[in-house]
Amino acid sequence: MKRLICALACLLHTLGAHAEWRGYVAAELLGFQEAPRDARQHDAYASLAFEPEYFREWNRRDDLFTFKPYFLVDAHDDNRTHVDIRELSWIHAARDWETNIGISKVYWGVTEAVHLVDIINQTDLVVNEDGEDKLGQPMAKLTLIRDYGVVDLFVLPGFRERTFPDIEGRPRFSIPVNDDVLYESGAEELHTDFAVRWSHSIGEFDIGVAHFAGTAREPRFVVLPADLTPPSTIAKVTPLYEIINQTSLDLQAIFGGWLLKLEAVVRSGQGKRVHAVAGGYEYTFVGVNESQIDIGLITEYLYDSRGDDIDLAAALAGQPFFLSPFQNDLVLGARVTLNDAASSELLASVIVDLDDGGQSYNLEASRRFGDSWKLSLEARGVMNIPANNVLSGFEDDNRLRLELARYF
Amino acid sequence: MTISNKLLPALLLCLLPIGAGAESPEEKALGIAQEADRRDSGFGSYSNDVKMILKNKQGRESVREIRSNTLEVADDGDKSLVIFDEPRDVAGTALLSFTHKEGPDDQWLYLPALKRVKRIASDNKSGPFMGSEFAYEDIASQEVEKYTYKYLRDETLDGLDVFVFERYPKDEKSGYTRQVIWLDKEHYKERKIEYYDRKKALLKTLTFADYQQFRDSFWRAQDMHMVNHQTGKSTRLLQTNYDFAANLDDRDFDKNSLKRAR
Repeated sequence: MKRLICALACLLHTLGAHAEWRGYVAAELLGFQEAPRDARQHDAYASLAFEPEYFREWNRRDDLFTFKPYFLVDAHDDNRTHVDIRELSWIHAARDWETNIGISKVYWGVTEAVHLVDIINQTDLVVNEDGEDKLGQPMAKLTLIRDYGVVDLFVLPGFRERTFPDIEGRPRFSIPVNDDVLYESGAEELHTDFAVRWSHSIGEFDIGVAHFAGTAREPRFVVLPADLTPPSTIAKVTPLYEIINQTSLDLQAIFGGWLLKLEAVVRSGQGKRVHAVAGGYEYTFVGVNESQIDIGLITEYLYDSRGDDIDLAAALAGQPFFLSPFQNDLVLGARVTLNDAASSELLASVIVDLDDGGQSYNLEASRRFGDSWKLSLEARGVMNIPANNVLSGFEDDNRLRLELARYF
Repeated sequence: MTISNKLLPALLLCLLPIGAGAESPEEKALGIAQEADRRDSGFGSYSNDVKMILKNKQGRESVREIRSNTLEVADDGDKSLVIFDEPRDVAGTALLSFTHKEGPDDQWLYLPALKRVKRIASDNKSGPFMGSEFAYEDIASQEVEKYTYKYLRDETLDGLDVFVFERYPKDEKSGYTRQVIWLDKEHYKERKIEYYDRKKALLKTLTFADYQQFRDSFWRAQDMHMVNHQTGKSTRLLQTNYDFAANLDDRDFDKNSLKRAR
C-alpha cells in the first residue's frame, strides 16, 4: 500500500500536478474626518472580506483550473455587500497557443495613477475607489504565440454593470447612482463583446496595441425626467451603457533605473470621440545611502479630451455626461520599499489639476506581521476643488482606511 | 615506441612548471572559472523547491518558500521562473528573469491580485531577495563574463583541496567590490564565498553543504548558509526536489507562462 501511494505520488509529481487552496480574510475600518453631507451617510464603516482561491495545475503546468469567489459584507452600504466569482476558468497551454475559457480577469496597462487601457473587466468600484478591483468577466480567449509577438483574441459573452455605492455608502457622488441602468443595445447585458490585442517585447521595450468593440465599461450618466424635480433637484443619475469602439496603445521602456510609461486611447460611441493619454516615468534609487531601502519617484501627466467640469444645464436637459476627473493633470509620487523581512512599503502621491489647481492626495502603506498577517493603511482626500469640478462633492470625504488581513 | 612512451610523461613534467609559470594569476583564475562553467553546462533545464529560513539578530526566524525553474540558454545567461508560496500574502507572485552575459538582465514580476505583469529595473541586483541576506545578484545565474578574476592560492578547506581566487563584478551596480571563492579541485564546485561591500569591508560569507550529483554530472548544493557579518542576520537556503528531467523549454519561460503561474 505504502509503495502504491509512493508510486502514485511520483506519477503525480512527474505529471506536474499541483493543487492548493489559498486566500485571505480581511477586516476593514473606514473612517472619515468630517460629518457627511448627506445625513443618510455615516462617519465610519466596518466590513469583512473573504477571498479563497482553489487552483489545480496538471500536465506539467500546461492545464490550470482556477476557482476564486469573493465575499464582502459591509455594515452600512448594501451595494458594497456582495458576492462575485472573480475566476472560474480553465486555461490550456500548447506549444504556440493558449486558451482561457470561463470567468477570468485580464489586466492591460503600465501607468500608476489611471488605467486607461484596461477594459476587459468591469471595475468593482464599491470595493475600493482606486478602481483596481475588478468583477469576473465571462470570456473565451485564444492566445497565439508568434515570432512577431503575442495575439490575444477575446469573445466576451455577457456584460457586468459597474458597482456604485448605495445611498448610505461613502465616498460617493453627491447625487446617488440609480440601481437600474440604461443600455444602447437591445441585447442589454447579454451583448457579446469582442477584443483583440497584439503585444511584444523587443529589447528594452514592451508594447501593446488593442481594439475593443462592445459595451462601454465606463458608463455615461443621464438625468431621467422622472428623477428631476424642476428647476434643478436631481433625485438620482442613471448609468448609460453605450456600444463603443476603443483602440489603445500601451508602451513601456526600461533604461537602467528609468521606467518610461505611456498609455493612450481613442474611443467612439459615447457622444464626441474621446482621446486620453497618460504618460510618465518611475525612476528608482536602489539602496539609498548604502541601505537596503529603494526609493522610486513617479511623475505622470494625464490628458483627457472629456472635461472635468459638469455642464449642469445640459445635464438637466437630459444630455448624457461623463464623470471623469482628469482632463489636464500632473501626478507626483514616491514609492518607498524597505526590502525588509516584513515587506514594508509606502506609496504617496498627489494629482494636481493644472487647470484649476485642485489636488487629490493618496497614501498607501503596508507591512507583514508574523508569517501570515498583513496590515494596510490608506489615506485619501481632495483639496481646493472648485465647485463645478467633478470631484467637488468629495471635499468632506477625507478618509483613512485600515485593513488587517489574514492569509492562508 | 617504448622509449617515447616513457619519455613523454617526463617531458610533460618538465614543461608543466614552465607552462604554469607563464600563466598570470588572472588567466589561471579565469581558466578555473571557465572549467567550472564547462562542467556545469549541458544540463538543459531543471526545477527544484527552495526554502529560505531568515534569521534576525535576535534569532527570530521567518520562512520563504519558492518553486524554481531554470533553463539553460546557449550563448547567453540562463532563464528562470520562480513562483512564491510562502509567506502566504505573496503566494502566487512570480518572477521571470533572463540573465545576459553582457548588459543588464531582463526581469518581469507577476502580481496575482491585479493579474498585472510589471517590468522591473535590473538595477536592483544589489537589493535583498525577499528580505533575505541573499541579493538578487547572489542567486542569479553566475555567468563567467560578469566578472574579472585573480587566482590567490591553493588550500585545504574541511579536508578538501581547493582553489582560492577572487572575482570582481564588472557591473558598477553590483553591491560588491570583490568576492573570494573557495572552489574544490575535484568537482569545481563552490565551497565558500566571501563578499566585500562597496567600502571594501567584509559583508557576508556564504558556505555550501550537502552537495548532490544529478544525471551523473551536475552537482547542486542543497544547503547554503549566508551570514551577514555587519548586521548579524543570516539566511539558510535549502534546495530540494531537484528534477533534471523536467524537460522545460522557452515556452515555460515567457510572459504567458508567467501569467499562468499560481
